[in-house]
Amino acid sequence: MSFLRNKTGMLINEDVLGHLFSGWTSILRKWAFRVLRVGPIPRHIAIIMDGNRRYAKRKRLQEGTGHDAGAMALLYLLVYCYELGIKYVTVYAFSIDNFKRNPEEVQKIMDLMMESVFLLSRLSKIYSLRVHFAGNLQLLSADLRKAAKKLMENTASNSNLVLTICVSYTCSDEILHAVEESCKEKTKIVGCDDDGQGTHRVIKLVDIEKHMYMAIAPDPDIIIRTGGEWRLSNFLLWQSCCCHLSSIFTVWPEFGVLHLVWVVLDFQHKYTYFARKKNAIVDLGNG
Amino acid sequence: MDFNKESQMSCSWYAQIENRLLQLLWHLIHVTIDLCYFPLGIADVLESYLISWGLLGRYKSFNVTKLRYLAIVVDSEEVYRTSKIIKLLQWLEAVGIKHVCLYDNEGVLKKSKDFILEKLDGTILFWDAHENDVLSDRQHMTLEFVSFSDGKEAVVKAANVLFMKYSKSGATDQNQKDKIFTESQMSNTLITVGSGGPKPDLLLVYGPARCHLGFPAWRIPYTEIVHMGPLKSMNYGSLVKAIYKFTMVQPNYGKLFFDLHCCVCKH
Repeated sequence: MSFLRNKTGMLINEDVLGHLFSGWTSILRKWAFRVLRVGPIPRHIAIIMDGNRRYAKRKRLQEGTGHDAGAMALLYLLVYCYELGIKYVTVYAFSIDNFKRNPEEVQKIMDLMMESVFLLSRLSKIYSLRVHFAGNLQLLSADLRKAAKKLMENTASNSNLVLTICVSYTCSDEILHAVEESCKEKTKIVGCDDDGQGTHRVIKLVDIEKHMYMAIAPDPDIIIRTGGEWRLSNFLLWQSCCCHLSSIFTVWPEFGVLHLVWVVLDFQHKYTYFARKKNAIVDLGNG
Repeated sequence: MDFNKESQMSCSWYAQIENRLLQLLWHLIHVTIDLCYFPLGIADVLESYLISWGLLGRYKSFNVTKLRYLAIVVDSEEVYRTSKIIKLLQWLEAVGIKHVCLYDNEGVLKKSKDFILEKLDGTILFWDAHENDVLSDRQHMTLEFVSFSDGKEAVVKAANVLFMKYSKSGATDQNQKDKIFTESQMSNTLITVGSGGPKPDLLLVYGPARCHLGFPAWRIPYTEIVHMGPLKSMNYGSLVKAIYKFTMVQPNYGKLFFDLHCCVCKH
């Protein structure tokens, strides 16, 4: 059994959560966030949670325990983002390419995801957290897909923080899916209202963007990749035109509040530049 | 009532003091970060000069064949420094890079392509080389010029081309959950509309921050993205270091390369 789990095998319980909100570390953290909030706070951060396996290997843990540690790190991050006032958090949990991994590892991750669904449903009641799953959910097992859809429905009216979990996702697949859905939608319109004018037959950028898996959230302000890698691995490529790309050498399970503070300070340092770029890109888009 | 009013004024005064202190602390932190970056910047410049002078052995010779396609993103605020861009391309040619894609989101480099090609002997456009089947010719460097219109706008154009085919195919009654198109079809359609191309292995960003600035999303799924700093401060040593580091990377993913010799329009 993983060292991160209690005697009944549960990943996290109220004691762990309670520890986050008490003690001098909590007070220090809240003061640090008060200072950070003097400057602009990113509205949306996205994270490629890389390094779980390297963490487990380095700590000589059982295979799969790295992913447990990664799940814990994510839960801690949600609390930090909630306290800091970040409204949207998107995480890259599982890529379509990851299905090619060892089947035992894939199953472990799917089991962990199922467990996370139950944990998030409890957290969502405490923090008014909305949970959304972005990706080709048809590739998941029926049970996991059903649990994910139920969680999305149950939390749809929450608004304090929106957590988007990219699972069975790649941006290439997202773009293709959006194009397909646009074609199907336009076909229905043409079929119902074919007046020969042809005005409904043109797919526009707004049609594609509304069918993106990530249409629920604004474009990210920061994409963080842990583990020291420099590529985006097919994550939010469409949405990251004016996004600060931050590469952190630390592996994901070791990502903590200080790393988050550092990333936000870096974002604040470059904020005026990115604000200019966003306006320029909007002008380009409007022609 | 006077007591309440005084109490409110005191609270307001304390809040103002607290805000001022927080602002001061915030500014102090950012100034400290700038001061910390200064020696790191000096160290980077020193290292790049050592590399340029050939004093660091490992950068003297390395195999660039792994870097099949390189993209350069230039921030729009610096893209008018054409002489710098030409110098950068000359350095890349000297290092042995054969295929380069230049991107700026406003398309300034596209408009200057004739001027740039004129200044670089023997350099030809990538798509001209492909049509003439000289891509594997190691004598010439090829250049491709890309802008923001080759990104989202191109996907929209490709979507409309695919939609016309979908409508004509009569397959519109199929199960709505079936996949209609493949990624390969999308890639080929992007070539048809004039915005396809190879997926770069490495993307170097010249600007104030690490951001791809709208480089066509379809082409950079697994591309290493490296920030090189402002174009005005570019130096040969940093360029060599970035390329060397790329050649040392051992990625752990199922990378799909776009074969340069198979980028043929099938329509």
